[in-house]
Amino acid sequence: MDQALRRKVGPEGKVSYLEVRNLTKRFGDFTALRNVSLDVAEGEFVCFLGPSGCGKTTLLRAIAGLEPQSSGTIRQKERDISALPPSQRDFGIVFQSYALFPNLTVTANVGYGLASQRRKRTETAARVVELLALVGLPEAGAKYPSQLSGGQQQRVALARALATSPGLLLLDEPLSALDARVRMRLRHEIKALQRRLGVTTIMVTHDQEEALTMADRIVVMNHGVIEQVGPPAEIYRAPATAFVADFVGSMNFLAGKLEAPDRVRLGNLVMSCPIQDGLESGAAVSLCIRPEDVRVRDLPAEAANRVDVTVTELDFIGAFCRATLVAGELSLVADFSSNLIRDLGVVVGASLAIALPPDRLRVFAA
Amino acid sequence: MSLVLAASAVRASREDLAMRAGVVALVAILLLIVGLPLWSLLVKGFQDVDGHFVGLANYRAYFASPALFNSALNSFDVAALSTTIVVPLAFLYAYGLTRTTMPLRWLFQGISLIPIFAPSLLPGIALIYLFGTQGFFKALVGGQIYGMKGIVIAQVFYCFPHAVLIMTTALRTADARLYEAADALRASKLRIFLTVTLPGAKYGVVSAAMVVFTLVITDFGVAKVIGGNFNVLATDVYKQVIGQQNFSMGAVVGMVLLAPAALAFVVDRLVQRKQVALLTARAVPLVPRPSPGRDAFFTLFCTVIAIGILAILGMAAWGSLIKYWPYNLSLTWENYDFEKFDANGWESFGNSVRMAVGAAIFGTALTFVGAWLTEKTRGFGAVRGLVQLLAFLPMAVPGLVLGLGYIFFFNAHGNPLNFLYATMAILVINSVAHFYTVGHLTAATALKQIDPEFEAVSASLKVPVWRTFLRVTVPICLPAILDIAIYLFVNAMTTVSSVIFLYAPDTKLASVAALNIEEAGTTAAAAALCLVIVATSAAVKVLHLLADRFLLDRLQAWRRR
Ligand SMILES: Nc1ncnc2c1ncn2[C@@H]1O[C@H](COP(=O)(O)OP(=O)(O)O)[C@@H](O)[C@H]1O
Ligand SMILES: [Mg+2]
Repeated sequence: MDQALRRKVGPEGKVSYLEVRNLTKRFGDFTALRNVSLDVAEGEFVCFLGPSGCGKTTLLRAIAGLEPQSSGTIRQKERDISALPPSQRDFGIVFQSYALFPNLTVTANVGYGLASQRRKRTETAARVVELLALVGLPEAGAKYPSQLSGGQQQRVALARALATSPGLLLLDEPLSALDARVRMRLRHEIKALQRRLGVTTIMVTHDQEEALTMADRIVVMNHGVIEQVGPPAEIYRAPATAFVADFVGSMNFLAGKLEAPDRVRLGNLVMSCPIQDGLESGAAVSLCIRPEDVRVRDLPAEAANRVDVTVTELDFIGAFCRATLVAGELSLVADFSSNLIRDLGVVVGASLAIALPPDRLRVFAA
Repeated sequence: MSLVLAASAVRASREDLAMRAGVVALVAILLLIVGLPLWSLLVKGFQDVDGHFVGLANYRAYFASPALFNSALNSFDVAALSTTIVVPLAFLYAYGLTRTTMPLRWLFQGISLIPIFAPSLLPGIALIYLFGTQGFFKALVGGQIYGMKGIVIAQVFYCFPHAVLIMTTALRTADARLYEAADALRASKLRIFLTVTLPGAKYGVVSAAMVVFTLVITDFGVAKVIGGNFNVLATDVYKQVIGQQNFSMGAVVGMVLLAPAALAFVVDRLVQRKQVALLTARAVPLVPRPSPGRDAFFTLFCTVIAIGILAILGMAAWGSLIKYWPYNLSLTWENYDFEKFDANGWESFGNSVRMAVGAAIFGTALTFVGAWLTEKTRGFGAVRGLVQLLAFLPMAVPGLVLGLGYIFFFNAHGNPLNFLYATMAILVINSVAHFYTVGHLTAATALKQIDPEFEAVSASLKVPVWRTFLRVTVPICLPAILDIAIYLFVNAMTTVSSVIFLYAPDTKLASVAALNIEEAGTTAAAAALCLVIVATSAAVKVLHLLADRFLLDRLQAWRRR
């Protein structure tokens, strides 16, 4: 009881399994991670998302002990592991390159970590068979890595990392070397596997779609700092910073000025928006709206933020069209379904009334 | 609750500590076998015969002695002239091998490598047969072959393969896309050559020039055999030390010899650094297309050169089989009965093989484990940097100079390693030290090519790093390991300069014995001994190629796709 009380409580009231505090990593004069703090709950699937070079891999490697932090602490299951070498930490890891041992068979690769655990030979063999079945490669045991496809190699690497039943699974861009179709399939497989095993997992990716579909929570990073942490839907719907808004999904950035806490002026238009506490009136701001949030259907005459626009471009993207809409100096893009285009007869040059629903607007300091 | 320390570094595991201890041991070994001997040599140059410090007196004496100073100029002339001849020849030859579709390119390539397997005195001996006072073609060279003329011709033979190897590599890394672009722009053949081929091979050319220059200036065998009264730095060192027992002056000449070699080495490293940047992973390899005129020209050119190489080797072989040159040309095996010419007889050949095998085994182990420790030890940057420096040092040091340093260091009073002096062990150690750099570089390159995360994976799986080393790293690097072993074997077999000061009567080596026999005037037996060396090292190389081709392929099924 006492023990449980002392445990730090992470997001959503869950007990924190991994606790990163004020982690800073410098390479010479360059600071790759700046005061990063983060909690991961047991059994959670967390994605580090950010542009290339933002420090995702560095953070992952610091957690593994492969790239010692310059300052800060890391605790795993209450234990301070900040100073432990990798061999004394509890994690399994899959690298972007998979780092499979090319001269060992799949069986030997997967069983590599088991051999040193003084298990019985038969026990090890049974465990390898079990793991290969788990990742869907029951037949591949006798093959060498070079005889497998990229996707199969990826699964072998996953099986090898899981073999010793680590408490924490670290994946560094595990899917980025695969072609699009295999990547899609493996996303689901990895996620399903993770759920089944309940292993706490951190995955690094620069692919927002991957993060949105796989993660329980996403950690968006930029320039060595965490910009936002939250469930995918929250990250998408309520980006905390302009960077997150821009990086995750598409976003219109409309330059304007905050006239009142809940009003933004765009040229000669005034838009109502959610109340902004953090910004001074008169501040230069960006008013943001996602292309799919632009409304056209069933607009009441008195709809808030109603604007009459002209369609100047219409790009067919497949399931929908991306329209460029212009009203005076204002220009934004909106995604219209094929249905809508047909129903409303949207063509280039057509005039259209749209609304920017206030609850879908985000305002960031410019 | 424990006090939360702002941990600024990850603690080293026992494994990390063991690896760091290994790196420190490596530094100690390299200091012992390279650093300290050189230091002793440097110090010796500032001492008189009795070991008192005399400042620059020896150096003043050296530069005041016209005879000695003249040798330096001679060395420079010979090296410059040989380089000027070898580099263009080797460039054309390498061009023929890489950029044409002439027939039998593999054969031409093989022939060009032959001189590598010979001690440097072999071309000298062959030239004496051909153009010496009793040579068949002595009229051709218009007088004396002894002296500068002979040295340069022999050096061209001796250095040719090294230049060809470097230039083949440089020319092979061409990017076909550049040529396609030039073609598309309708550039003339000459213009393409000047604007695409030459710039691409430029670093190779400079590198080859530096290597040849160093080889010539530091080589001892050729000048000894065919130099006559023409003195060069290398023979001066020998004369000062062996002839006059003037160790201090020997040390001074050694330092003078070290200077150009070290300079050439630095230029080469700077150039190679640029070369790396030139290679991109996306380059499309150039596949030469047939062009009858060009191919005919290069076939002719390469044939002439190949015949020249074979003629020199053949002459030595024929000479070794002849009863009494040039009066009785009947054939005999008598010259191979070395007991008649040298007290050690065939024993010196046995010593050479023992030394070469020892150098191959210990040298390969040391260079590979050393390179692995340097690449894979976590943290410890400064000490690892020191290893890099020490590993590069031997390349810049002529064998003669290193050997001299060994005398001063290991023979010094009070050195606990004194017991090594005049043993087989010191010969092996000296060979390993002398050829350390190439072994280290080969190992480091091979290690850089394998996935850098193997050690991280092992750590996460709690597998000790040494097990991954033995079970994964070594098998993957086996071809490179074999390369290193063969390189060490061949070089130890053929070297003269690095061991000339270090052998004892019962550890005399074949190359040294050949030199002594030649000095005593029995050229035929010297030629015979040289040929035994060529045959041995070439046979080992052929075995290596066969093993690489067939055995490795079978043993390492995983290499097949
Ligand atoms: N060993 C290193 N030495 C110096 N700089 C490094 C090193 N590793 C990473 N960096 C730098 O740190 C930054 C973050 O790198 P990384 O974590 O690999 O980014 P990513 O988010 O793409 O995984 C990059 O700018 C990179 O250049
Ligand atoms: Mg990365």
